[in-house]
Amino acid sequence: MRIPLSWLRDFAPIEGSTAELTDHLNELGLVVDAVEEVGAGLDRVVVARVMATRPHPDADRVQLVDVDAGDGQALQIVCGAFNFAAGDLVPLATIGAVLPGGMEIGRRKVRGEVSNGMLCSAAELGIDADASGIHVIDGDHAPGSPAADALGVEHDVVFDLDITANRPDAMSVVGVARDLAARLGVPFAIPEVVIEEAAYRADALATIEVRSPDLCPRFTARVIEGVAIGPAPKWVQRRLVLAGMRPINNVVDASNYVMLELGQPTHPYDLDLVAGNGLVVRAARPGEELTTLDGVTRRLGEGPGVEITGDCLICDAEGEPIGVAGVMGGESTQILPTTTRVLLEAAHFLPMAIARTSKRLGLRTEASARFERGIDPEGIERAVRRFCAVLGNEVAAGMIDVRADAPRRTTVHVRTARVNALLATTLTDGDVAGYLSPIGFRTAPLEPGVLVVDIPSWRPDATGEIDVIEEVARHHGYARIPRSLPPGGKTGSLTAFQHERRRVREVLCGLGLDEAANPPLVGPGDHERAGLPGETISAANAMIREESVLRTSLLPGLLRAVAFNVRHRQNDINLFELGHVFRVPAPDAALPDEREHLALALAGSEAADAVGMWTTLADALRLAPVVMDGTTTTPGLHPGRTVRVLAGGVELGVVGEVDPAVLAAHDIPGRVAWAELDLERVLAAPRRPLEMRPVSRFPSSDIDLAFLLDDTVAAGRLEDALRTAAGDLLVDLRLFDVYRGEGVGPGSRSLAFHLRFQATDRTLTDVEVGEVRAACITAATALGARLRG
Amino acid sequence: MTLDPVVRDALAAIEAAGTILDLHGVEAAVLGKRSPLAAESQRLGTLAPDERKVAGQALNEARTTITDALAAHREELTRAEAVGRAQADRLDLTETTPARLRGHLNLVTQARDRLEDVFVGMGYAVAEGPEAETDWHNFTALNLPPAHPARSMWDTLYLDWGPPESTLLRTHTSPVQVRLMQSQPPPIYAVMPGRVYRRDTPDARHTPSFNQIEGLVVDRGITFGHLAGTIEAFTEAYFGPGMHSRLRPSYFPFTEPSAEFEVTCTICAGEGCRTCSNTGWIELGGCGMVHPNVFGHVGVDAETYTGFAFGFGIDRLAQMRHAISDMRILFDNDLRFIRQF
Repeated sequence: MRIPLSWLRDFAPIEGSTAELTDHLNELGLVVDAVEEVGAGLDRVVVARVMATRPHPDADRVQLVDVDAGDGQALQIVCGAFNFAAGDLVPLATIGAVLPGGMEIGRRKVRGEVSNGMLCSAAELGIDADASGIHVIDGDHAPGSPAADALGVEHDVVFDLDITANRPDAMSVVGVARDLAARLGVPFAIPEVVIEEAAYRADALATIEVRSPDLCPRFTARVIEGVAIGPAPKWVQRRLVLAGMRPINNVVDASNYVMLELGQPTHPYDLDLVAGNGLVVRAARPGEELTTLDGVTRRLGEGPGVEITGDCLICDAEGEPIGVAGVMGGESTQILPTTTRVLLEAAHFLPMAIARTSKRLGLRTEASARFERGIDPEGIERAVRRFCAVLGNEVAAGMIDVRADAPRRTTVHVRTARVNALLATTLTDGDVAGYLSPIGFRTAPLEPGVLVVDIPSWRPDATGEIDVIEEVARHHGYARIPRSLPPGGKTGSLTAFQHERRRVREVLCGLGLDEAANPPLVGPGDHERAGLPGETISAANAMIREESVLRTSLLPGLLRAVAFNVRHRQNDINLFELGHVFRVPAPDAALPDEREHLALALAGSEAADAVGMWTTLADALRLAPVVMDGTTTTPGLHPGRTVRVLAGGVELGVVGEVDPAVLAAHDIPGRVAWAELDLERVLAAPRRPLEMRPVSRFPSSDIDLAFLLDDTVAAGRLEDALRTAAGDLLVDLRLFDVYRGEGVGPGSRSLAFHLRFQATDRTLTDVEVGEVRAACITAATALGARLRG
Repeated sequence: MTLDPVVRDALAAIEAAGTILDLHGVEAAVLGKRSPLAAESQRLGTLAPDERKVAGQALNEARTTITDALAAHREELTRAEAVGRAQADRLDLTETTPARLRGHLNLVTQARDRLEDVFVGMGYAVAEGPEAETDWHNFTALNLPPAHPARSMWDTLYLDWGPPESTLLRTHTSPVQVRLMQSQPPPIYAVMPGRVYRRDTPDARHTPSFNQIEGLVVDRGITFGHLAGTIEAFTEAYFGPGMHSRLRPSYFPFTEPSAEFEVTCTICAGEGCRTCSNTGWIELGGCGMVHPNVFGHVGVDAETYTGFAFGFGIDRLAQMRHAISDMRILFDNDLRFIRQF
């Protein structure tokens, strides 16, 4: 909210440099986003007298103007406006001026003619919105004198404040002035306004009916006759412009002025356009339509949460909607140049309802921003009186006032000890009261150490002791609270899971993999393109389609990342990712089935490389040997090159290769080795014992065994069989050669294993080794393997 | 007979040997069975005892001299040959092949690990929780009942699971605070890093999902001063000496009093620059004393215990640290970016 300093000074004698005031506002939590020094841009703008105007020899849309800028000499200016004549006084921005809008004035040529400055419109001077022509200066002023003086422009400072959602009062000039005055220790007062009422009565001219008191606890109306629509007084326009609003006409401007000053939105209707001369307040029916002031036709009574709080409508006496309560009025009853009778609405709407309606319509207005925070229910009369005073018209007697259960003032008990316990302060009861009373929180002692605090009507956000303590903290100053560390001496640490997750990352990094991080939301169709069927959970209100479906696997994201890097001609695309995946749970589950997965994607590598990576990782994690089951297929993965990894009967995940059809759909050439594992299950899998295995001092014996094995039997089964048969003497077993071709029949291959035997207590004899060798061969034969000679 | 010429000749022959192999031949010639010394040795038997003693002594001296010379020259040749071999093995080590490819941790992981380490050092545990949450954990328990106007502070992505607006993607990691307080009694000293979501269109400064870290302390006698002191201690530990923090009033429904905290601008070290709009400070996050209503929802006695919470963006810290102009690059997984760190 833009707050001019001059306006604040209507309510408190606020002094201080711009920097000091900025600091004070920030420390009050009225955060200053920007500061604008008004009038600074008029430094080099002077009054000039038009001596003569001449056509530009080479252009129709501009003319040449000779002006006297104070030295009596003719100074040539090129000007695009024609709304003045010789003898008029006009504002001249001289060379070097920087206008309020930031425009820098230099000497320049326009179609061959020199312009020694620029004649300015009111908009260019920042004094009002009028950009229709040069601002002709009234009265008699010496050419060359500062234009600011002639225009009555005072130097001003506008603070652009970011008002938090809990400060309805600070959405107004008076609210900011009250806070700032308290901080500066200067008096604050809102001048009382007295209005004159005519003999005729408002309730004879208009009627009000509130059918939804839950949405509208209080609705008031005044009638003002004999209005002549025209521009608002200059001072009103000027303040509106400073506050960032566009002046429209005297009635609308008076309404906006009051809203900015006091925080109470009001809405003026042309009473003659309101059918039946009456207003009805009710909840919208589903699908009801209304064209708002901005010319947009809006549907109401529909959308998320409408069953919780409906849309509050203002209708005419015949029931036709003419305004979205608290958000925006309707086009059909707006103030027009022909308006003579104004019906002024000043109401209190349920903040929650306004917030919901505003969100559903995607329409945030100055009014809705105030109503949704909660306006001062006791401020309506003052705001209406102020409106009448600013407009300056006679008012029909009486205010039509329909009241339901408007919020009442509350009191809370505040314990000084509690204040000090939370704020690390040593305040007395008097100190606490001293901070509260200047901001309208009246206090009375209940007993020593306890104050009864009367919450002001303009702070509906404050409902409990803690809210009052925050006010004390704000006005005491956060910076004055002594800092220290909590006394509790705790030992911090990562959990075992968190440690091991870091280890997973380190191992994969060490193996040369780069860590990817994909958003867990993917686009519709991304799962299908990755070959993943099945149900998914989506965002109900996604803003972008590409991020609307929760991934069930890390596959879609990593394939996208591989494809991206392939397109950008990167080499060695080896990625891993740790992230959450989300699957549809049992129907009665409160939340999706969410798991943390680990995946690897190795572009240009085969399934065996993924197995190697996984084996190394499993070794680094000290996992006990796992089962690799290649008998089933996994969606999205190569049907012949994928194994499920199981430990203790629990599936940890899959290792293998991505389905070539899926790769083709992603424009990824070559193969992509793949592994995806449930991280929690991996880290919960059985481990090898922690105890060291003794290292034997005795020599070891090595044997090599080569078998012919049918392709239908997995090498892993043979390896397992050999391991079991070899028993405790086996210290190493590895497959060192796989051969297919000549000498080996079709449909089978030769598998050569290297085995090392060793005992910890003796040197093995040839007989012992021979026995173990024979046992291995027997076990292999049982699997259908034949020893190669 | 004097042996001097024999010794002189032998020493000359030794000196002349250019290789270990040559030296082998010389050794046989000067000390072998047919050497002058061998002949002299045989002659000793023919001599009278007193002559034999003198000649024997001379023979021994000659043999020692020659043996020593042989050993010395052998050592010299061995060393020279080693040097020669090394010379022949010489490599230009600036003719190197490219460095081995190493993997790279994601920038966000690196930032998160650093933050976790700082907080673990300050005595905190690291807590985690689901990213898909109930509305209750994300809002209601945090003093944001349904339709609370302040809910509009978070543009929320709801899920099509359960009744309308009952499940969502967490807008902050605060639901982890809720779960933590529900599952363990105070004292609690913990941070909650993790991914959070907002209904937002991506731009240079915002992505619809990003990473955040929050902290929660619940104990007896915790004050706003402890909050400010903790933020200050963290600022120095993470950003380095000379970096400070300041708090100014703000509003969050789940804390009261609430504050925004700023840290010394990392670009200008507080001197004032464009990044910090000449204030010398950069806004980092929000914090405050845990609201009594939050304690009420999770069953912590607000009269016995007090606490504070804080939170800020991890991605944003990485952005500041590495001068990342567009946050969207964090989610492209572009190896040309990932491999820079």
